[in-house]
Amino acid sequence: MAGTACSSQKATDGRGNDDGKVKIGLVTKTDSNPFFVALREAAKAQAGKDGAELIALAGKFDGDNEGQVAALENLVQQGVDTILVTPSNSTGILGAIKKAREKGILVIALDTETDPKDAVDATFATDNTQAGRLQGQYVKAALGERAPQLLMLDGSPGGTVDEQRHKGFLEGLGLTETDPKVLGKEATNGDQNKAQQAMENLLQRATTVNAVYTINEPAARGGFAALQAKGLADKVVVGSIDGGCQGVRDVKDGKYALTVMQFPKKMAEDGVKAGVEFTKSGKKPSGFTNTGTTVIADKPVPGIDSKDTAWGLQNCWG
Amino acid sequence: MKTLVLRTPALGPAIALLAAVLLFSVTTDTFATTDNLSLVVQQSLVIGTLALGQTLVILTSGIDLANAAIAVLGTLLMAQLVLGGTSAPLALLIGIGVAVGIAAITGGVVTGISLPPFIVTLGMLTIVTAAARIYAEGQSYPVTDELLTFLGTRQYLFGQVEVTVGMGLALVMYLVAWYALTRTAWGRHVYAVGNDAEAARLSGIKVRRTVLSVYLVAGLVYGIAAWQALGRVPNADPNAFQTGNLDSITAVVLGGTSLFGGRGSVLGTLVGALIVAVLRSGLTQAGIDSLYQDVATGVLVIVAVAVDRFSRGRNQ
Repeated sequence: MAGTACSSQKATDGRGNDDGKVKIGLVTKTDSNPFFVALREAAKAQAGKDGAELIALAGKFDGDNEGQVAALENLVQQGVDTILVTPSNSTGILGAIKKAREKGILVIALDTETDPKDAVDATFATDNTQAGRLQGQYVKAALGERAPQLLMLDGSPGGTVDEQRHKGFLEGLGLTETDPKVLGKEATNGDQNKAQQAMENLLQRATTVNAVYTINEPAARGGFAALQAKGLADKVVVGSIDGGCQGVRDVKDGKYALTVMQFPKKMAEDGVKAGVEFTKSGKKPSGFTNTGTTVIADKPVPGIDSKDTAWGLQNCWG
Repeated sequence: MKTLVLRTPALGPAIALLAAVLLFSVTTDTFATTDNLSLVVQQSLVIGTLALGQTLVILTSGIDLANAAIAVLGTLLMAQLVLGGTSAPLALLIGIGVAVGIAAITGGVVTGISLPPFIVTLGMLTIVTAAARIYAEGQSYPVTDELLTFLGTRQYLFGQVEVTVGMGLALVMYLVAWYALTRTAWGRHVYAVGNDAEAARLSGIKVRRTVLSVYLVAGLVYGIAAWQALGRVPNADPNAFQTGNLDSITAVVLGGTSLFGGRGSVLGTLVGALIVAVLRSGLTQAGIDSLYQDVATGVLVIVAVAVDRFSRGRNQ
């Protein structure tokens, strides 16, 4: 009866199902966020093309590590060959990932890196620090001679992606965390209502604002609504990240200056392809694969490669 | 049959649990394996532990909306203290102690100035959630200490059956609570207070003291739930268990305990917590979308309350 962390024998060893069909599991942070919906749909479509079976599960809310662990365990039980996971938190679910890998299952992180990075076989994700940096660089260039007076609409406290983007943005804009030019920051959980309220409150004391960082496009929409209500919309450069179709339309309408597009479809498709390849040949992908970022803006600024919103609308997701 | 059901309130839920287990064993290949059944129990542990405290409070015709938030604060205290150099046993004690302390304040306000538990714990939920986020400084904290995680990571094999220390602890807690409620004067007082506080007072029961003691015990249980949580996910996250309070109420209701107080059992709650985990695992393995799983759980909750209402109505 003794022994630590051992597990009993299973009828299937994770790889190789009776019917020979490739089984791939996907665990997203939630199943309601349009980004993860796009990712899931793309994974399903790719699995359909490749003749693989895709089982999609999710946490209940952003930060639901327990829910993601249970989802991973359930996928292992179902005998999947590959698990694609977007971790809510870079360290929260490492134990469950380790158990899955011990059973011979290929585990690929999508969208968010784990810490340490080699806790998974490979990562297909946006370089979020770079995405934030691009947003910051564009805002800096768009401000021109004006010194930045910045408000920040952040994501969720403790979120890995949220911190990477935040840091990248400040770097791109050339400010430090404690610089007095950072007039204020608020957590919005990437939620439009919360973002609007946060911006309304921030504007009560920070009327000299000329630059706004947003964690994603819903936060940008909420922030813009508050700026518009105060009559500040024309004076402030608002930047965002995501590349959802609604976000690109918002840029086209001039609500915010730019958005940095990510490519969830590519993450999902590459993940499914790697899973299929693994089952067929046993070949595992490794390391970090940057699935790319593209600045979408209708006013190009010097020194930053960007695409216009017409291109954005052709390549957006959601 | 009916009197049997009335006398043993956990019987109905136990039949439902058995039916669900049988259904998934027949309809999927992967549900009825020993390691999956072991996982289902592990998946129900944290909510099951929170639900034990919740049951005690609900038996006094109260409700606790802050329980999961208190446990989350507990995990953060334990994790951060250890990272800051405090010894693990002391950090564990402080985490559990703070949970008891918060429960003492809740119980004190509920009994001292007779405010409705719903309101007091709603306020507490907001305060404790904010306190946890302030204390966490927007970060989550990995936990590597063996003492803090061994409830989930230390596993023993009994034949094919995988058992964690946390399962054993939960079972002991449930048995102790069952014994205290059914075999001691304190237990009779808890039921009496929940049934009719005024009648209990007239028959010489110290109502306030009984209710306060229930909150203190519940606080202790929430502290242990925090410990259980670190065994499952060795990472203290201020955003965790956002629906833990409602999930624990779901387990209590599915377990046949009346939300009106005075009727029910902790063993029923244990079954209720297992029903939720069995549904989640079984429906997942049957390939049912998680949103439909929530629909199924919701329907069951309403059915459970309807059964409670029906049997109570006929009984009176």
